[in-house]
Amino acid sequence: MAEKTYLQAISDGLRQEMERDERVYLIGEDIGVFGGAFKVTQGLQEQFGEWRVIDSPLSETAIVAACTGSAIVGMRPVAEMQFADFVSCAWDHLTTVSAKQRYRAGTAIPMVVRLPCGGGFSGGPFHSQMYDGYFAHCPGLKLALPSTPEDAKGMIVEAIRDPNPVLFFEHKHLYRRVKGEVPDELYSTPFGKARVAREGTDVTVVAWSAMVWTALDAAEELAKEGISVEVIDLRTIAPLDFESVAASVARTSKAVVLYEDTRTLGFGAEIAARIADELFESLDGPVKRIASADVPIPFSPPLEKAVLPQVEDVVREVRELANW
Amino acid sequence: MSTAQESAASPRLRELGLDREDALQMYRNMLITRGVEERGHILFRQGKIPGSFYTGRGNEAAAVGAAFAMHAEDWGTPLHRDMGVHITRGIEPWRIFAQYMGRADGPTQGKDGNVHLADARLGLIAMVSHLPAMLPVAVGCALAFRIRGEQDRCAFAWSGEGATARGDFHEGVNLAAVRNLPCVFIIDNNQWAYSTPNDLSYNTQRAAERANGYGIPGITVDGTDVLEVFEAIKAARERAVSGQGPSVVECLTLRMEGHAVHDDAFYVPKEKFDEYAEKDPVERFRTWLMQNVAFSEDEDEAIRTSVKRLLTEALEKAEASPMPDPATATEGLFASPEELDNPHH
Repeated sequence: MAEKTYLQAISDGLRQEMERDERVYLIGEDIGVFGGAFKVTQGLQEQFGEWRVIDSPLSETAIVAACTGSAIVGMRPVAEMQFADFVSCAWDHLTTVSAKQRYRAGTAIPMVVRLPCGGGFSGGPFHSQMYDGYFAHCPGLKLALPSTPEDAKGMIVEAIRDPNPVLFFEHKHLYRRVKGEVPDELYSTPFGKARVAREGTDVTVVAWSAMVWTALDAAEELAKEGISVEVIDLRTIAPLDFESVAASVARTSKAVVLYEDTRTLGFGAEIAARIADELFESLDGPVKRIASADVPIPFSPPLEKAVLPQVEDVVREVRELANW
Repeated sequence: MSTAQESAASPRLRELGLDREDALQMYRNMLITRGVEERGHILFRQGKIPGSFYTGRGNEAAAVGAAFAMHAEDWGTPLHRDMGVHITRGIEPWRIFAQYMGRADGPTQGKDGNVHLADARLGLIAMVSHLPAMLPVAVGCALAFRIRGEQDRCAFAWSGEGATARGDFHEGVNLAAVRNLPCVFIIDNNQWAYSTPNDLSYNTQRAAERANGYGIPGITVDGTDVLEVFEAIKAARERAVSGQGPSVVECLTLRMEGHAVHDDAFYVPKEKFDEYAEKDPVERFRTWLMQNVAFSEDEDEAIRTSVKRLLTEALEKAEASPMPDPATATEGLFASPEELDNPHH
């Protein structure tokens, strides 16, 4: 066990799985010699050579399509989109080919696309987006969104071993900001099992990725007022562990869904709908959603802060619901 | 082989590394290809095929010739005019008919239709409608061969001339070129992309000239001549696996029917159809065989009869296949870990 950043945990997971399984290779823009725009892959080309850490041309479609093809003939590819935002250039391939091949043609596609995602640091409209909602709408993809360093390592390994296309959302704002104890050995963290990030009795906040930390900070504030908040970290939204959500809401009888994606049709809307639909008898108040405003993510700090969910937004909403 | 036939073995075949049996196999595969699609047409008119129906009439030589140049361990991504590739790689025709009719025993078990099929055990990957989305997938296969240092494996990526206008073509060919991957790009140029003629699809004289932009060779061959196609693809494969990199082979043909059954191709001038009817790939090769390897009417009749029997039995077997159970509609979205135990994964 050692204290690692979220970024180092992902890097360790990649390195150790590449050491264990020679079929694993990485492909992306500037990931080799340069070590990646965020340095997640730093040192890996030195260790594994230029054919296992491949600097690709600026071609997102070719990158993900090469993953599909090489996966079918026995490799375990891991692509990096330099920013999650650029996956829009590979959209067609991921949703048309990778996601549908198992269903329609029976061919397993074991591949991972790493997506450095999310806002909070003035990345502007094209370096800040949270694309989970778009892809959660596409059957055939798995979506992993770790919030802690320990999960980040275990889930990147699980993503590589999964026999399906996995989109691995790694939050840029957590890369160096979040540290935690991470086991030294190689391990994998199963998908589809949510985690209770903080136990509480009054209100359940359902979150994933960076919003888990926003929820935890809000819970800390609210505890001072005597409001006990339970924070559920979903870890993966496809597959979704709705049972853990249901179990928590059954205990607290109040639910807030907190998500970084834009509000309308973000994945939190689906969770809120399911809570309302399946847990109506358990509820003592309306299901609330806290999400980004329905606009692109703006550049200037006060504007970005106004759009992305903030700790104070969560405190306000949860307080109101607790007093319902 | 009789002495008479042996003495008739053509220098052309020898030059290509083929024997008489190979040539007859090519011919038989072209007949099966055409027969499958002709019977498919009948099934469609009988109302037994849901949706639409597509054929590759006119492209039989290009597809069979190219597939004949593939080695057993190679992989490819054929498209909807390339039934001859599936046939040459060894798919059982009854499964194609089952696919056409949306039956449970089609390769996609009714999840997808028409030519959106492939048997991965034969080294083929099922196409999607978005063309040429599968071209960079083949590049991925070639990349895997290169990473593993496999010396004699090649990937074959098909594209129509129309699809060369899409970004997938550019990104895929470029990646293969800069990494010198063992890949052959085959452009089935049938001169119309649905109703769009070549001069509205690309601005070079030949589609193969697009290769120049990637620093790789591109040649154009007569796609109605199965031996010419075979020769070009074989050379492109040898080039690719010997480390000289990918290349483009454009097979010039004419799409002898509409884009699909609903399309009568009124926009193709009649003289064009007449010109290409004169060099029908199947007839053309039959004549060649007769003139060069003493292929007799009796032999031809025997092959045609055996193909006819094969397809009749295939059709019976396909019609006996049940429609899929509606409960399976929501199954099979994700693969289980055991599925990665098969040889190609």
